Amino acid sequence: MIQTDNMTINVGPQHPSTHGGLHVEAVLNGEMIVDSKVHLGYVHRSVEKIAESRTYTQFIPYTSRLDYLATHLPTLGYCQAVEKMMGVEIPERAEYIRVIMAELSRIAAHMLFIGSTSIDLGATTGLIYCFRDRERIMDMFEMTSGQRLIASYMRFGGISDDLPEEFFPAIDSFLEDIPKMIKEYEDLLVGNEIMQYRLKGVGRLSAEDAIDYGISGPNLRATGVDYDIRKAEPYGIYDRFDFEVPIATNGDCWDRFILRFKEIVESGKIIRQALDQMPEGEIKGKVPRVIKPADGLEVYHRIESAKGELGYHIVSDGSDKPYRLHIRAPSFVNLMVLSMISKGGKFQDLIANIATLDPVLGESDR
Amino acid sequence: MSNNDMLEKLSADFREAITIETDGNYDVIRVESDKLHSLCSSLKNNWKFNYLANLSATDFKDRFEVIYHIHSIPDNRKIAVKTVLDREKPSVMTVTDIWRTADWQEREAYDLMGIMFTGHPNLIRILLPYDFEGHPLRKDFVPN
Repeated sequence: MIQTDNMTINVGPQHPSTHGGLHVEAVLNGEMIVDSKVHLGYVHRSVEKIAESRTYTQFIPYTSRLDYLATHLPTLGYCQAVEKMMGVEIPERAEYIRVIMAELSRIAAHMLFIGSTSIDLGATTGLIYCFRDRERIMDMFEMTSGQRLIASYMRFGGISDDLPEEFFPAIDSFLEDIPKMIKEYEDLLVGNEIMQYRLKGVGRLSAEDAIDYGISGPNLRATGVDYDIRKAEPYGIYDRFDFEVPIATNGDCWDRFILRFKEIVESGKIIRQALDQMPEGEIKGKVPRVIKPADGLEVYHRIESAKGELGYHIVSDGSDKPYRLHIRAPSFVNLMVLSMISKGGKFQDLIANIATLDPVLGESDR
Repeated sequence: MSNNDMLEKLSADFREAITIETDGNYDVIRVESDKLHSLCSSLKNNWKFNYLANLSATDFKDRFEVIYHIHSIPDNRKIAVKTVLDREKPSVMTVTDIWRTADWQEREAYDLMGIMFTGHPNLIRILLPYDFEGHPLRKDFVPN
């Protein structure tokens, strides 16, 4: 055998498959990864420090920019955390609209995941199909909030505007088309032999390691752990819906990939039920003009975002600005296993691992 | 699931080192910083608290507080552990040997808040540049 020296290769921070500013320093022996280090912080905007100099309301748009691929989820988590501190009641209709928007965001994020994973592995066509369908969700966001990508639609006590007329036919036809879309992606990607070779058995993560490393969301459920915050600790009105939590068993890239298809279908079911049950009425509850949670109040509120457990830890000193605001970002914690699952694999598998862990760097770097 | 049985047992074991309160959402165990590590290993080993969800530090100008939000996936329970650290020399035992997820979360608390986690395998900055000076989330931090 030929003796070779180890070689260090930098992947990112400017590399399309790193999803926006991730830097991985990989030590290679030939094509095998001996070791790798993850460097974060290229998209650090000091959001937690900014929060301390903004009023509670002013901070809403910043949360929208955390996970910009599923814009309603981080805003929902933040608003619910503050509502928990203030004891605000939310009107029924607003609760349902929140669920619809949150699940649409999850679908949009998962569609983008399927598209970006396929392009990272060389299947450019997959991206085009997923973006075509995601576009319909972006159009619906535009109808409701005026914004496509970063909507800032949630408010304390409810939402900013009621659903417009044209929203209903759009979402009805979208929900109707979900099975067709999934079928199309499956025909294109799931049956594809190259996809299977690139993903099956790659980047295996065991259930014990996943829990120990604090992995959450679809990445955790791919290892066989049945844990979804919407079920384990329902927030808002999630206890009213009938839906399954898809589970896989192998914890490899393939399972992480396939799980997102199933989650799209389940989210579609939740939206259908929400649309059917949604009553008429107010969309904004009674909220004080200036939000001032009592001195010394502290809250940790977590929701199931598209990537996993998104938590807000807020400490109040009785003023109109958060004294301390900490964001527990799922992408940040999920990235921790990247080095471990890539070790001993091929260099190309690193790309598959980054793609299927599905980090969004706006959220992990904050 | 209620935490009462567990809290009773822990109070008997740790006596004055812990006090129990609630913030309406979590039962919070306040623990002296030198007992934090043994409390956390007891939670993990005896009470199946296998998932450290969140670790966050706050600067109260006269003291630091570090809070750990811990969940038990098999029992679906939750608990928060809080410890107060000295303002001049904030230092506490690492919990990376109990939950490996603490690795990056402690590095973040070190990076932004300047908490020293003794025994941490690799306590270096994570979000800010490696040559950055100061800890920006401290209340007395002055940006230049």
